Amino acid sequence: MCDTCGCSSEGGAVLRKPGLNDYHVHISESGHTHEHTHEHGHHHQGKSRTLVLEQDVLHKNNLLAERNRGYFEARNIFVLNFLSSPGSGKTSFLEKIIPALQHLVPVAVIEGDQQTTNDAERIQALGVPVIQINTGSGCHLDALMVNSAFKELELQNNSLLCIENVGNLVCPAMFDLGEALKVVIISVTEGDDKPLKYPNMFHEADLCILNKIDLLPFVDFDAGKCRENAMRVNHHLEWFEVSAKTGEGLDVWQEWIKNKLKQH
Amino acid sequence: MHEMSIALSIVETLEAKAREEGAGRISGIDLVIGKLAGIEPESLKFCFSAAAKGTLVEEAVLVIEEPEGLGECGECGRKFPVSFYYAECPGCRSLRVKIVSGEEFLIQSITIEDQEGE
Ligand SMILES: Nc1nc2c(ncn2[C@@H]2O[C@H](COP(=O)(O)OP(=O)(O)O)[C@@H](O)[C@H]2O)c(=O)[nH]1
Ligand SMILES: [Mg+2]
Ligand SMILES: [Zn+2]
Ligand SMILES: [Zn+2]
Ligand SMILES: [Zn+2]
Ligand SMILES: [Zn+2]
Repeated sequence: MCDTCGCSSEGGAVLRKPGLNDYHVHISESGHTHEHTHEHGHHHQGKSRTLVLEQDVLHKNNLLAERNRGYFEARNIFVLNFLSSPGSGKTSFLEKIIPALQHLVPVAVIEGDQQTTNDAERIQALGVPVIQINTGSGCHLDALMVNSAFKELELQNNSLLCIENVGNLVCPAMFDLGEALKVVIISVTEGDDKPLKYPNMFHEADLCILNKIDLLPFVDFDAGKCRENAMRVNHHLEWFEVSAKTGEGLDVWQEWIKNKLKQH
Repeated sequence: MHEMSIALSIVETLEAKAREEGAGRISGIDLVIGKLAGIEPESLKFCFSAAAKGTLVEEAVLVIEEPEGLGECGECGRKFPVSFYYAECPGCRSLRVKIVSGEEFLIQSITIEDQEGE
């Protein structure tokens, strides 16, 4: 049961806005119902036939992601999907780069977490439009959630939309949201073999940001080796090394995004 | 466990399909899950039985085919089996390997039991 409105939707995703306690929207497909036909125990000798489908299991998500992509492209909205394990620094990275980019391009943010609006509150403090998706038991964002979320944000033409996915290196790799690029963040407090342990994610990503490099002197993490591992899984991967805490390396990334926005 | 949300979406897709076809129930599902697709077939089977409870696909037998990955070398063009994304070309040792198959994740076919006429 939903803890805000008491409705019976279970485990479904909900949109929330920081500071607006009354605001929440359940994400569901319009007209979707859960009527289930109950079997009557015994089987008749009916006819059986085989139907060839050859349908992608993620077909529905992929279709909706393409619709999102079409919308973003038509309005020249550049969309980045940020992915990482919990705590690698996705929100911290956004908190650092948004103030630097805001005067160049309008920025909006979609935050994904299973619970709380904490991250959306951190982003709202920067004065940019933000909406929180709480996925409940769900461990990733999907194209429908993003579709519902961006309709609640007043996105401007020629803008940048950052989506912070749920902290998880597994299934968010499989769900296209309609983004232009996937950005995977890994921090030096994790293992430098992470790209080999989660190859699907690093294979799908367009760029990788190694974060928390301010901590390199204190940890047993080989940045060169991590990069090499990441490149083995995906030789098209663009690589950045930053500290969202000290700001080191962020100028390089900002140059990169400025160029991307120009080309876009 | 992302296999659960995937199992739910398979059940939802197939229930809709069964209705569209006017079927009584679905008795068999053939899936193709490439070895590189990032899906654990055993885990999916486990989730599927939970996800299918009380639906038209509840009693369906799930058969999963798992094709091997196939890589193609970006340097010398050689094709060879790969079991992981960080494959190395056995010919020239290049790491510039493009995955040409093994990432598929398809509902290949379903077996439908038609409702008998009243
Ligand atoms: N030392 C250091 N800590 C960082 C850095 N970036 C983030 N953190 C810390 O890591 C923790 C998790 O960061 P957060 O941005 O919430 O991670 P998220 O879960 O990926 O959004 C917080 O305590 C941050 O202060 C960094 O560059 N250096
Ligand atoms: Mg966060
Ligand atoms: Zn509610
Ligand atoms: Zn998930
Ligand atoms: Zn998962
Ligand atoms: Zn070769």
